[in-house]
Amino acid sequence: MSHLDSLVPLEQSVSTRPESDTTIKSDMSRRNANSWFTPRVGLSPGRNRALGIASFLLPLILWSAISYLPFLWHPNIKITDAGDVSYFKTGMQVERERFETEYGKLVTSGGALPQGVPTNPVYLPAPHEVATALYTSFTTEPRRKSEQWFHESLWHSITIIFWGFTLSSLVGVPLGVLCGTYAAISRLQEPFIEFFRYLPAPAFGALAVAILGIHDAPKIAIIFIGTFFQQVLVIANTTRKLDTALVEAAMTLGSGKLALLFKVVIPGILPDLYRDLRILLGWAWTYLIVAELIGTSSGITWFITQQARYKNFDNVFAAIIIIGIIGLLTDMLLARLAKRFFPWDKSGDKQSAGA
Amino acid sequence: MTLEYQQQTIEVRDRFDKLKARDITLQVQSLGKTFSTNGNTVNALTDVSFDVHRREFMTIIGPSGCGKSTLVRILAGLEFATSGQVLLNGDRVTGPGPDTGMVFQTYTLFPWLTVKKNVMFGLRNRGISESMALQEAMQWIDLVGLERFANHYPHQLSGGMKQRVAIARALAAKPRILLMDEPFGALDAQTRAKMQSYLLEIWRNIDITIVFITHDLDEAIFLADRILVLKANPGEVQELIEVPVPRPRLAGQMLETPFISTRQHIGQLIHSPSSEDDGLSEVIRMTPVGDEVEPQW
Ligand SMILES: Nc1ncnc2c1ncn2[C@@H]1O[C@H](COP(=O)(O)OP(=O)(O)OP(=O)(O)O)[C@@H](O)[C@H]1O
Ligand SMILES: [Mg+2]
Repeated sequence: MSHLDSLVPLEQSVSTRPESDTTIKSDMSRRNANSWFTPRVGLSPGRNRALGIASFLLPLILWSAISYLPFLWHPNIKITDAGDVSYFKTGMQVERERFETEYGKLVTSGGALPQGVPTNPVYLPAPHEVATALYTSFTTEPRRKSEQWFHESLWHSITIIFWGFTLSSLVGVPLGVLCGTYAAISRLQEPFIEFFRYLPAPAFGALAVAILGIHDAPKIAIIFIGTFFQQVLVIANTTRKLDTALVEAAMTLGSGKLALLFKVVIPGILPDLYRDLRILLGWAWTYLIVAELIGTSSGITWFITQQARYKNFDNVFAAIIIIGIIGLLTDMLLARLAKRFFPWDKSGDKQSAGA
Repeated sequence: MTLEYQQQTIEVRDRFDKLKARDITLQVQSLGKTFSTNGNTVNALTDVSFDVHRREFMTIIGPSGCGKSTLVRILAGLEFATSGQVLLNGDRVTGPGPDTGMVFQTYTLFPWLTVKKNVMFGLRNRGISESMALQEAMQWIDLVGLERFANHYPHQLSGGMKQRVAIARALAAKPRILLMDEPFGALDAQTRAKMQSYLLEIWRNIDITIVFITHDLDEAIFLADRILVLKANPGEVQELIEVPVPRPRLAGQMLETPFISTRQHIGQLIHSPSSEDDGLSEVIRMTPVGDEVEPQW
């Protein structure tokens, strides 16, 4: 063993080498510092943050410009004084052209001229109106007793998503892993699933209602149908991407068939599987709108349609933004958790939005 | 007539006599392998036969594409021969298992397990309790000099360290034979030399038979008792060479006659015109005439 001991300082000799590594690194970072557009090279934390903020700021600036600069767009005129036009009323919006013809008529015939200010259509509220609505939408009492508060409808939507996605995952994840692991199961399942996933989930709405009634069950079923088939295929593919050499290594270490599945394949794909589920959860939200329109309209979709009917477009925007915020926050939370769950996974989270 | 590399000192001859008196661990009998992928058939191995004795260190060398990896994968049971058979301690190899340990050229540590758990993997497969497995694993980790890294994940290790863990992991599973497919191929020359000494030291101290693939002449000679030289198209045994260099092996021996003569001989075998069928053409000149700093030739 004495000879072995003399050999131990291997990692020291390894760690004396990195001189060359550091020169390479500093070279890399110089490239980073100079260029925003080096393919596949990350940005500095400062730039990362700045661009992240800018990605939200740019649309906001555009929206503000359209809303607050009267010479941009503003296709309508909001009447401040009806003058002698019989059908104009104060507060009413008319198209700019109509206003100008009526105005012109009165100029020639002589009479009290109408007054107005340029404005955008009701369906495009200004940022500050929506910002207030982000709060007031929660405090607005429903018009009828039987109707739900905003937070109630929001919660209802979340439960629909939760159940649809959970039920789908309970079946879809194991099936996907099995398809990716065993060619026999893949051949038995995937051709049909491949066919089925092209059938649009909404098409099953009427059927789901007929079978499951008009309340939550058919809605959950739509989320399930929308998620499940994609899920199986995506996860089967992820499973197939696991390095075969790992499975082979395990076999030469005496792993049996079950051990290969549970101790190699599953732990090996776990970080990627988790990433897949995060993406699929996002897709599940897109089926929500369809799901909530079938049977009795419910949840956030009901709220949005209802508010649009009342012409409370600020509330409509607020609701849409809140869905976005919920989605983004869940994803950021899940990304954060991934770091804790999978400390060995270094490929993760480079592309995630917030982290 | 005996060539220079075939001249063995009495010590060396004595070693070989003892070695050959040992049981045969691995018997390879007229192994053949053809791959057929959509119409094309590649004859990777033809009639390969050789024996490996218990505790022998055999290296296999040959030009790229001559079927070394294919051969070792068949020995491990990861690939099936089209003809012939492999016997391990007299039993036919029909599939991969704990009797044939393997260290791959690519890094195959389980990334989700720490060094310690990686080494415990084979032990746990044998049904050894967690605490016993841990104890034994730590001994193997000590043996490869990585006790300080027992709780690290593979991605936190250098390439050389990863391969040492892979060796510890394979050995911990108590295989009868350890197969290594260019395990040090991705390492730099310095680390590589250290790893070679390391491996010899481990091999000397435990009861293990090793079949080691390489395309590096020095590595093949430095490590081996015997060298199996393969030639390409189709992969065939060209010669089985008994290395005349005495043990223990030290870097200084690379400058002495036994080593050099062996090296020259294998060099000729591998680079003989028959195996130099690599289809490389002459490099076309693309620099202006008169731009050279060295005298014209
Ligand atoms: N799965 C396969 N399908 C078809 N042909 C294969 C397959 N695996 C190997 N071959 C062919 O068999 C021959 C031997 O390949 P092998 O990988 O064993 O060579 P090698 O000696 O290990 O080469 P290297 O030194 O470059 O690693 C090659 O011609 C290769 O193209
Ligand atoms: Mg190879």
